[in-house]
Amino acid sequence: MKKIEAVLRHFKLEDVKNALSEIGVAGMTITEVRGFGRQKGHTETYRGTEYAVDFVPKVKLEIAVAEDRAQTVIDTIIRTAQTGQIGDGKIFVSDLTETIRIRTGETGNGAL
Amino acid sequence: MFKWYQVAIGAFLISGIVSASVPVQAQELAEVAAKADEAALAGHNAWMLTSCALVLFMTAPGLAMFYGGLVRSKNVLSIMMQCLFLMGLMTILWALYGYSLSFGGDGPYIGNSDYLFMKNVERTWDEATKAPIEPMAGAIPRYTHMLFQGMFFIITPALICGAFAERMKFSAMVVFSILWGTLVYCPLCHWVWGGGILAFGSDHGLQGGALDFAGGTVVHISSGVSALICALLLGKRKGFGTSDLRPHNLTYTILGAAMLWVGWFGFNAGSELASDGLTSSAFAVTHFSAAAGVLGWAFYEWITNGKPSVLGAASGAVAGLVCITPAAGFVNPMPAILMGAAAGVVCALACGKLKNSFGYDDSLDAFGVHGVGGTLGAILTGVFATRACWNIAEGEPLGMLEGGNVMPGQLTAIVVTWVFSIVATLIILKIVDVAIGLRVDENSEVRGLDLTEHGEEGYIFV
Repeated sequence: MKKIEAVLRHFKLEDVKNALSEIGVAGMTITEVRGFGRQKGHTETYRGTEYAVDFVPKVKLEIAVAEDRAQTVIDTIIRTAQTGQIGDGKIFVSDLTETIRIRTGETGNGAL
Repeated sequence: MFKWYQVAIGAFLISGIVSASVPVQAQELAEVAAKADEAALAGHNAWMLTSCALVLFMTAPGLAMFYGGLVRSKNVLSIMMQCLFLMGLMTILWALYGYSLSFGGDGPYIGNSDYLFMKNVERTWDEATKAPIEPMAGAIPRYTHMLFQGMFFIITPALICGAFAERMKFSAMVVFSILWGTLVYCPLCHWVWGGGILAFGSDHGLQGGALDFAGGTVVHISSGVSALICALLLGKRKGFGTSDLRPHNLTYTILGAAMLWVGWFGFNAGSELASDGLTSSAFAVTHFSAAAGVLGWAFYEWITNGKPSVLGAASGAVAGLVCITPAAGFVNPMPAILMGAAAGVVCALACGKLKNSFGYDDSLDAFGVHGVGGTLGAILTGVFATRACWNIAEGEPLGMLEGGNVMPGQLTAIVVTWVFSIVATLIILKIVDVAIGLRVDENSEVRGLDLTEHGEEGYIFV
């Protein structure tokens, strides 16, 4: 099993969610996050006082998938979240050692 | 031709009608006049009571939201509490002695005890006429005058709170406001509006006294300059210049500014203390100046920063309103537009360039908007005031533009108000500092005043 974490632009979330649903992803978790990569931050001015805002608001999507489905999910996210501009986000993939459905106690791929 | 007896009968009838109708007409005229007086009183009083409510509306919700949005979320309750608490505190002081010190008698320096504890303000029973006596102040009941002026007594110290926001002890704010209201506001109010040393046309008026229709000197210069002293004496907020001190909710601020704009119609047009032609003039120029203030500040930012900020537009409206306040009863619409636009640009410079150059932390720009805008307004009143609006000098020209000579009085009032506000505020702050301390400790400042001073949080999303 793999855990896929994707940091995305807010306005791309709906497209990504719909595309993932279409390829059969059954569930996902969303978190409001802040961070920066190469995009860095931006400057805001309040009555002549400038503030450098380093951490840009993004949304983080977390999905647990079977290992053989991971690449399809990654490709789908890239396809739908890409604008080509700096700040499109990142995808992090890690090994997932166990998944347990709390309602039934099922484990592994069956719990996904 | 008429016969002799026809003429005699006619003369008899006419004389009868005339002799009967003279007292009837006089009585009717007296009744009509009394009704007209009553209607005029009702009209004036209705507008003035509306104005009272409008001016109170400026403190909370207006100023509370305007300031509340500008602080960080951990201090939103503290600044709103200061506005709300002052509505209570200053009202009681006003009822006990503030109104009397401000408007009692016409001595040069301070009011007398004429209205202490609402004496000569409240209605009393007259045994001789078997009817209540209603004390009057010009065209309106003295109650209305007292209430209207009391609303100014509330908002003036509340404006100062913007300078020491996010770091002053609540207890220190309370003691400071009591002392400042008593020792700075009441004398100044008496000097300008109670026949004292800055009153236009009074025997005591220095350099002829100052034109201050709705409080450019009494309210804005005094609070703005005192605010600067507070900011300097308290020192900068922790993290000033290095940490993120951005306003936490500009939507509050915009709504607050809009409420101030609405409330200011009571503030300025109400200062005519009646509902007549000059009231309409004051209303119009107030609106025009605010509108020009929005454009002045926004275009200044658009040109210098590339973007017109929303906070800048809201601040511009307030700057325009501050600037027109002393002039509201004295200037025509086109000068009002110039005044508003000038205030937008000058206050933007004061809040941006001046503050950053000198490095003081006037948290919410109470000095930059009220001190600077009020001073600019007082000067421009000396330029643009016209007898065509208010013929206060019995035919003599007023502002420089129409060949008048009120400018020395304006400048004198500005200097006196600046010096008096600086010295008195310094003394008051020193006393409060020694007695109970001005500033919260570092830990409290970091955690936020909402929790440490009031034990509450502004936003609990459960």
